[in-house]
Amino acid sequence: MFKAFAKGLSITFKHMLPGHSTTVQYPSVKLKPSDRFRGLHRLVPSQDREKCVACYLCPTVCPAKCITVEAAENDKGEKYPKVYTIDLLRCIFCGYCVEACPVEAIEMTGAYELANYEREDFQFTKQRLLK
Amino acid sequence: MTPEMLSLSNSPGLFVGIMLLKLLVVFSVTMLIVAYATWCERKVIGHMQTRLGPMRTGWHGLLQPIADGLKLFFKEDIIPTEATRVPFLLAPMMILVPALITVAVIPFGPDLKLGGFLIPQQITDLNVGVLYILAFAGLGIYGIVLAGWSSNSKYSLLGGVRASAQMISYELSAGLTIIAVFMLSETLSLREIVALQQQDLWGVCSFVPNWYVFTQPLAFGLFVITGLAEINRTPFDMPEAESELVSGFCTEYSSMKYALFFMAEYANMIVIAAITATLFLGGWSAPFNIAILTMIPGFVWLLLKIFALMFFFMWLRATFPRVRYDQLMRMGWKVLLPLALANVVITGLVVVILQ
Repeated sequence: MFKAFAKGLSITFKHMLPGHSTTVQYPSVKLKPSDRFRGLHRLVPSQDREKCVACYLCPTVCPAKCITVEAAENDKGEKYPKVYTIDLLRCIFCGYCVEACPVEAIEMTGAYELANYEREDFQFTKQRLLK
Repeated sequence: MTPEMLSLSNSPGLFVGIMLLKLLVVFSVTMLIVAYATWCERKVIGHMQTRLGPMRTGWHGLLQPIADGLKLFFKEDIIPTEATRVPFLLAPMMILVPALITVAVIPFGPDLKLGGFLIPQQITDLNVGVLYILAFAGLGIYGIVLAGWSSNSKYSLLGGVRASAQMISYELSAGLTIIAVFMLSETLSLREIVALQQQDLWGVCSFVPNWYVFTQPLAFGLFVITGLAEINRTPFDMPEAESELVSGFCTEYSSMKYALFFMAEYANMIVIAAITATLFLGGWSAPFNIAILTMIPGFVWLLLKIFALMFFFMWLRATFPRVRYDQLMRMGWKVLLPLALANVVITGLVVVILQ
């Protein structure tokens, strides 16, 4: 019995010695998320415009119905998204849009600090997604 | 002229002045330790659980006690409508006062010579010092029981009832372990108990002092265990038992009244550590009879011993789970009490044989 007590006490004492803490001081120290982390979306740009061809596959596959796409045609006769908005309040970060995209125009970044004060701030428009 | 012991009869003005000074110093030191014991406890337990504890208020969270105090001070003070008002208001004070009052008999240094008088470094030297401590330790429980009863909530009531049952069971063993100590010292005055512990160990080894922990190791162990149970600390914190009683006797309390319970808990911890240090670890005397160590003032040694014991209590809290209620009772009545009794009998036999 006393041996078990001593063992328990020695374990906690060892934990108290410097270098055993597993805490990350979050706002001042940030861990890098893994490469496969599904955070905020990003529209991938090509030379002069976004890669997206407004094929509607991502709003179709989206289980949360958070993607709004409106297609249009530019001067060169290419199809492009006039409006591309993701409502992050609805998004469930499943990553199906990335899987569905035939031209790899959308990807997910490691950004996870997405809290905000206004509902409007969660509407990620094309300009914000291209950044 | 040999210096006289300063008293109310030979120099009233000086006596009152010095007494007020001593009261102020002891009170403020105790309150300071209470405040920073909370920070220490959170830090120690945090690190033992591989966390960091408070880090964001000041350097390594050093301002945390002030932040906590301010927060509790400005919280809304709620008295439940069904509570019995007077005992409900009285209970927190009834816990804190006995806890603080016990510090009065703890000696914290040798007598000082000042203007032809001897000034004891102790607020008051009662010739029934040990009994006084036991009496006030027993009084503390009234606050807990009253808090539990007057809150008019089942969790609080259960906490209070548990506290009283636990106190009765463990106070007996605590008293009996102390009896073994003063069978050796033949005095109840804490001042003389400390003086006796400064003699040579068993009258032979002049290097090590005659601390009662060497002659009474069993009593020391028993007193630490029963002391923990008496101040309701883990692993014996049945009256609070978060997992079953929400928060026990202080469930219905808020604001400063809740803070008083917390202060009382830590003040009790200081008191038990101070009593253990005084009765078993030589009080303010140095651990070895070396000139360098004995030069260090007595209060430093006493504080060191108190801090070491308090660290041990925190260490226990971080390590052991709470005992079950029936285990607590069985241990109190079937293990600790017989051991304490046997210790008294054996000590008595040895004392008689050696005489």
